[in-house]
Amino acid sequence: MTHFGNYEDRARNFSWAISEQELGYRPGQVINIGWYCSDRICQQGKADKVALIWEGFTGEKKIFTYNDIRLYSNTFAKFINDLGIKAGERVCLFMDRVPELYIGFLGILKTGCIVQPLFSAFGEESLFVRLENAETTAIFTQKKHVSKVRKIRDKLPHLKYIIIVDYDGKTPLQEREVAFSMEKSEKVEHYEIYPTYAETPSVLHYTSGTTGMPKGVQHVHYSLISQYITAKWVLDLHDDDIYWCTADPGWVTGTSYGIIGPFSLGVTQCVLDSGFSAEAWYRFIEKNRVTVWYSAPTAIRSLMKAGDEIIKKFDLSSLRHLASVGEPLNPEAVNWSIRVFGKPFHDTYWQTETGCIVITNFPGMPVKPGSMGRPFPGITATILNPGNHEPYPEPGRIGLIGLKPGWPSMMRTYWNNEEAYKNKFRNGWYLTGDRARMDKDGYIWFVGRDDDVINTGGHLVSPFEVESALLEHPAVAESAVVSKPDPINMEVVKAFVTVKPGFTASKDLELDIMNFIRKKLSPLAMPQEIEFVDSLPKTRSGKIMRRILHAKEWGEEIGDTSTLENE
Amino acid sequence: MDDLKEIIKNYVINEYLEPDSDPIDYDTPLISGGIVDSFSMVSLKRFLENRYNIQIPDDQATPEAFDSVNKIADLVRRFVKA
Repeated sequence: MTHFGNYEDRARNFSWAISEQELGYRPGQVINIGWYCSDRICQQGKADKVALIWEGFTGEKKIFTYNDIRLYSNTFAKFINDLGIKAGERVCLFMDRVPELYIGFLGILKTGCIVQPLFSAFGEESLFVRLENAETTAIFTQKKHVSKVRKIRDKLPHLKYIIIVDYDGKTPLQEREVAFSMEKSEKVEHYEIYPTYAETPSVLHYTSGTTGMPKGVQHVHYSLISQYITAKWVLDLHDDDIYWCTADPGWVTGTSYGIIGPFSLGVTQCVLDSGFSAEAWYRFIEKNRVTVWYSAPTAIRSLMKAGDEIIKKFDLSSLRHLASVGEPLNPEAVNWSIRVFGKPFHDTYWQTETGCIVITNFPGMPVKPGSMGRPFPGITATILNPGNHEPYPEPGRIGLIGLKPGWPSMMRTYWNNEEAYKNKFRNGWYLTGDRARMDKDGYIWFVGRDDDVINTGGHLVSPFEVESALLEHPAVAESAVVSKPDPINMEVVKAFVTVKPGFTASKDLELDIMNFIRKKLSPLAMPQEIEFVDSLPKTRSGKIMRRILHAKEWGEEIGDTSTLENE
Repeated sequence: MDDLKEIIKNYVINEYLEPDSDPIDYDTPLISGGIVDSFSMVSLKRFLENRYNIQIPDDQATPEAFDSVNKIADLVRRFVKA
C-alpha cells in the first residue's frame, strides 16, 4: 500500500497543514531542520534506529544511529559556536560523500547558520565565485581538497576558518586552518538549538543560468514542510525502508532527499562514497537490501550500457520503489527497468529553486514512459504561452512550465541578486525555464530548455561561465559554448574556439583546453569536444549567435539568419 | 611500451590529483575511488588516444576498464597491437 493513494482524492483534500500536523509544527513556532532530522526522531523512541549506513570505496563501513547523528550534529554545532561564528553567517561544506557531510549539514542548521554545500569536484574558480558571492565565513573540507581552498583564500577576506575534518598532522596547518574530528571530539549531549523560524534562511545552493555568474538559491527552514511530505508520498518512504539516494549533497537532490526528507521521516538510508560502477552499485543494493532507490537518468543509462547479464549476478529482489531525477527520463530507460527490475523508474521533476519535487509520476499510479508526470497536490503547474505568459486553455500546446508560487520550499530569493529573482516571475507565475506540453490526462511532457543552459548528467552548466573561463586560456581568442547530444548524459558541453595568432589547432591543444576548464571550473563544465573554427557566427552588432551552433549540433533548422554578420 | 604504466600513472598524478593527495600505485581504484569521474574520463581517454595514436571505442571505455593504471594499460595494449 502506497502512502499516496489516489491522485484525485489527494489533490482535492490537500493542504500543507497535513505535513505540518504530521511534523507537530504549528505556524509561528520554532522550526529547525537540524532538530527535526535528529532530536525529534530520538524523542519518538527511535534513538537506536540506524539512520545512516555509509560505505567508502575501499569497502570501509560506518553505521550511525539517530542518536549518533543527534550527538555528532550537536558536536558540529558547538564547534562552530566556539569559533565565534554567529547565526546567519554562511558555512560551506566542501567534501566528498563522507559522514561528516551529512551530519555536519544538520549541525550547521542547528546553529542558525546558513549551510552552503558545494560539489567537491569543483575547481578553484567555481569554488571562488560561490564563496565570494556568499561572503562565506567558514568552510569544512577534507585534506584532499584543501589545496583548492588555499589557492583562493587570499582573495576571500570573509573566509575566517578553513576546517579540515580528517587532519592527520603529517603536514602543518596553514593560515586560517583548523582541525576538527567529528568522531574524536567530545560528544555534546545537550545543545541549545538556535531558535529558527519558518522564514529563517537555511540552505544556500548555487545554480547556473544563461548569463552572469552562478546564483545562490536561498531556502528557509519552512522548506521542511514540502520536503517531508514529498519524500513520504512521492518516494513512498515507509518506516522499515532502506533508502538509497545516489545524488551528491553538493546539489539540491542530495540535501532535500539525501538528508532532509529521509531523516525527517526517521528512515534508514545508505550512502556509497564511490565513483560509478554498475557492479559496485548492484552489489551495494544487494548487500544493504535497498528497498527505495532514487537515482538519475545518466546513471540509469550507464547501467543499461553495462548490460543485463551483470544484473543476474545479484539478488536485487529487495527493490520496491524506483525514482529518478535530474533530467528527463527517456521511455527506453523506463521500459528497461520494468524488464530487468520488474518495476518502472518514476520520473520526478523539480529544480534547485523549487526545493522539492513539483511534478512527478506517483507510486501506485500508471507511469507514462517519457512523461514527467502530474503536479504534486498543492502545486499549481501549467503550460504558459511564451508570448503573453498566460496559461494555454487547451492541452497539447508546447509552452513554458509555470508554477504558482507559494509552496513551503519555494526559494525566497537569489543571494544578493533580487533583480534576477524578480526576473523569474511573469503574471504571477514562476518560470522554470523549461518547455513542455500537457496531455489531456494532465501529464506533462518535457520538450527542452527555454534558454542556453546545458543540462549535462542532470547538472546545469552555464555556457557563459565556460566561455569566460575559455578566454583565460592563452591560446583562445574567442569561444562559443553549446550543448551537443549524448547517449548517456543527455547532453554535454561542446566549445567552438578560434585560436590566437601563434597557436595552431591540434589534438594536444584540444586536450590542454579541456583539462584547463576541468581544473578551473569542474569536470561537468569541461567541453567533451572542442571544434576549432576560423570564425564564430555573430550578429552585425558582434554578439555570438549560439543558436546557430546549437542547431547545427542537434540537426535542427537554423532559422532566421538575417542578423548574421556575414550574410 | 615498457613505460606505459608509468606514463599513465604520472598523467593521472599530474592531472587529476591535488598536491596533498595520497600516493597512487598501479592498482589504486581511479573511477570507483573517486579520483577520476565519468566526465573526466573523457580527457583521460583523449590523452591515451593522442599519445598512442589509437581510437578506443566508447563501448570499451567503461568505468571498469579505466578503474586502475593496470586496467588502462591492458586496454591500451589491445589497441596498440591491433
